Amino acid sequence: MQLTLWTYEGPPHIGAMRIATAMQDVHYVLHAPQGDTYADLLFTMIERLPKRPPVTYTTFQARDLGGDTAQLFKDAAAQANARFAPAAMLVGASCTAELIQDDPGGLAQALNLPIPVVPLELPAYQRKENWGAAETFYQLARRLVLPPAPKDPLSQRRPRCNLLGPTALGFRHRDDIREISQLLDQLGVDVHVVAPLNASVEQVRQLAQADFNVVLYPEIAMTAATWLQRQFDMPFTKTIPIGVGATRDFVAEVAALAGIEIPAEIEAHARSVWYSKSVDSTYLTGKRVYLFGDASHVVAAARFAHQEMGFEVVGMGTYSREFAREVREAAKNYGVEALITDDYLLVEEQIRQLHPELILGTQMERHIAKRLSTPCAVISAPVHVQDFPARYAPQMGFEGANVLFDTWVHPLMMGLEEHLLGMFREDFEFHDGAAPSHLGSTRTPSPEPLSVVVHSPDTVPQIVVPASSPANAPRGSQWSPAAEKELGKIPFFVRGKAKRNTERYAQELGIYDITVETLYDAKAHFSR
Amino acid sequence: MSPVIPIQAAQAASGMGCADTPVLVQRGQREVFCGLTGIIWLHRKIQDAFFLVVGSRTCAHLIQSAAGVMIFAEPRFGTAIIDERDLAGLADCNDELDRVVSELLTRRPDIKQLFLVGSCPSEVIKLDLSRAAERLSRQHLHRVRVVNYSGSGIETTFTQGEDACLASWLQTLPAPPASDQFNLLIVGTLADVVEDQFRQYFQNMGIEQVDFFPPRKSTQIPAIGPNTRFLLAQPFLADTARQLEAQGATRVPAPFPLGAQGTTQWLKAGAQAFEISDEAFEAVVRAPRQRAEISMTRHRDQLQGRKIFFFPDSQLEIPLARFLHHEMHMHLCEVGTPYLHRGHMAEELALLPSNTRLSESQDVELQLDRCRADQPDLVVCGLGLANPLEAEGFTTKWAIELVFTPIQGYEQAGDLAGLFSRPLIRRMKLAA
Repeated sequence: MQLTLWTYEGPPHIGAMRIATAMQDVHYVLHAPQGDTYADLLFTMIERLPKRPPVTYTTFQARDLGGDTAQLFKDAAAQANARFAPAAMLVGASCTAELIQDDPGGLAQALNLPIPVVPLELPAYQRKENWGAAETFYQLARRLVLPPAPKDPLSQRRPRCNLLGPTALGFRHRDDIREISQLLDQLGVDVHVVAPLNASVEQVRQLAQADFNVVLYPEIAMTAATWLQRQFDMPFTKTIPIGVGATRDFVAEVAALAGIEIPAEIEAHARSVWYSKSVDSTYLTGKRVYLFGDASHVVAAARFAHQEMGFEVVGMGTYSREFAREVREAAKNYGVEALITDDYLLVEEQIRQLHPELILGTQMERHIAKRLSTPCAVISAPVHVQDFPARYAPQMGFEGANVLFDTWVHPLMMGLEEHLLGMFREDFEFHDGAAPSHLGSTRTPSPEPLSVVVHSPDTVPQIVVPASSPANAPRGSQWSPAAEKELGKIPFFVRGKAKRNTERYAQELGIYDITVETLYDAKAHFSR
Repeated sequence: MSPVIPIQAAQAASGMGCADTPVLVQRGQREVFCGLTGIIWLHRKIQDAFFLVVGSRTCAHLIQSAAGVMIFAEPRFGTAIIDERDLAGLADCNDELDRVVSELLTRRPDIKQLFLVGSCPSEVIKLDLSRAAERLSRQHLHRVRVVNYSGSGIETTFTQGEDACLASWLQTLPAPPASDQFNLLIVGTLADVVEDQFRQYFQNMGIEQVDFFPPRKSTQIPAIGPNTRFLLAQPFLADTARQLEAQGATRVPAPFPLGAQGTTQWLKAGAQAFEISDEAFEAVVRAPRQRAEISMTRHRDQLQGRKIFFFPDSQLEIPLARFLHHEMHMHLCEVGTPYLHRGHMAEELALLPSNTRLSESQDVELQLDRCRADQPDLVVCGLGLANPLEAEGFTTKWAIELVFTPIQGYEQAGDLAGLFSRPLIRRMKLAA
């Protein structure tokens, strides 16, 4: 038993739903108790899908348990087939139905439906959402994919590949496949089938007609791609094209698999490289960044952060246990140890300790960042309604790199802004209590003194730190009035950090009175 | 699935009262939440309580998805996720639960009341949470009280989770010391702002002791006994009412406090139980009732004459339909409810037109067919159905908002009407 307050991944049948919902003509009959229909709202509300997920739930209740839940399943499957006329059916059980052991696969077989029926064994007490999606896609492929007909030689046609892995509820999958399809087209490679997103059963049957596979999301497509390679000798790409460097590697990988030359103008719209070189970006140098999310997005984002933004990766981790090895390997490149966990409280604790200046994570890290007042950008599922923007916003390819540059820089202070803040920090109209100029002419008085010194006859002067202060001096450290005043001269957007660092430094050295000296000693210490 | 029970030829169209109207009962896919969902509002209400679901990853995922939460602070609910070791017997579920509870209580020393919430898997494997609750109560004596209830989908539908929670909690409360004082107990979770209004009304009428259950703090348990008269503030509390009656309290029958008329009748029932004079009653309700009337007027202009269709969700459907029919002059196509408690609904049913199509339980596919055939102007449904129906051209209202928003009482009557008129106004604006 494990105490869980919040979870990054749902149970494995949610993964199966993501496959079924992604596809055009597959129906999923799920043996499940009343209440499990909550999963529909993930798709209709978070992704704003205008259709119900193609899922029929048996919704058994306690009174059915004494009776015939198996018959309930058979009725549901037969009726779903009659009403929705799918081209293939997935059948399976959610966690509770797994315990009552009705064998949906066997029951569906007995119905002799005129369509392929794919039974899913998704151990709910052992596995999670992404594994469930991978297993479902693999089982579908195994059941449906036909052996390839003889292909024309590559000299007489353009090479063709499949894009594997995009699903419903995927983080920017919709836009990634458009971007990567455009890129492949520019390269002279045809996209044969994109699956599972928007694929029909017939298209899945034809997967082996392609020359190779592009695995965009290994968490979902790796099992199927490995099987396709084993079964039909189809190679697949290993690079996730997130960031300019990775996209170049991906292009080279595709070119090698397809036996083609790379056209010269392929990087025409890759602006992030120049933006990162431009002088305004100097301030990005060495920004301390923390990354958490699914394995492929974290590994790719760490590379982009380090090589293309000039950040310092101070910590990274993933909830994808299946890909822990890859994340650990990648973390070594940055001299950090990967955190492999699905407990967000451990992630929060690590972030707290590392004091990053930017957090790249999931929606949960966005909340952690809010609590810690740290800038943050979202790079990975689990998804939130905000992760389905109306605009085109891929993560992959050259346009994806442009999007990453903008999205990551946006929460940070711009270089010129930082410079001006430093210059005008003591200006009477320009202080942290002043409203931004675009909010109109509301005049605010110059800020309250940072603290009030209380003199009482029989004690030493005592500093009363305002309640809103980000972190009151812990465990006995006291700020001297002079140090407090000096702290007030530090621009507000780094003041919290300076205060924390100084207190940490004082604590570590057992310094009780924080003086101006301590403040600058700490500054020197942390800027080593 | 049972065949459709034909509705008897409609009685006179103007006829009122559908206590005897046959109810359409179908079995099939039910597009409703399970009782675990109640934790979302119960944990906000009872501020020193923690809700520990003993269940699966699905349970954890359900609650976080249904609440739409990413967590703002560390939440006061969680799941003890059963894993394969527990199922294979490699670990003793009771030992494991004790360990998880100790872990939790170390983390959260502020918790005074712990609810162990049974789920579908815990019930199927027959994990005895009542014994666990007793054992843990003993282990953590003077520190935290532990109560169990079932929020499982195989036992409870959505709001029935609150009913199960309150009924189970009542059973474990010590008998109150004998008191000669009569008290009025208002039962069912209400927003604090609504509670404060109701308390004020009753006290202004002259009822001295007005209590609420569930209380805001688990330590503020009201007296319950033969001198207790209770009013249900929510329509889904069958077991809770039965338990209160078993403890000697008397239910005051009333319609539910939705809309100006519903609120007046509900308050009136409470007042009559305490023999408050009509003058005293009128003096208190006159002004707020008038405000409610004024605030509802502009919404009535939008809603009157429009057709509305209710999918089953929270058991609030019948009182809401009554409000919309009487005070907003809407036509009722179908009023679906997950569960129909005829006793508690008697006053409400008497106020519905006798030809209302009532349905209980659900086959969602067949109900969608009926909805499409009816072509209502407004559909009240769950989040799984709302966007798909919008895409088909229907205007919808999320049912769950009716559970999470303060809608009871005079001061909220306009807000309640606004929840129904807003989707229609929005559709009009977007089309223009």
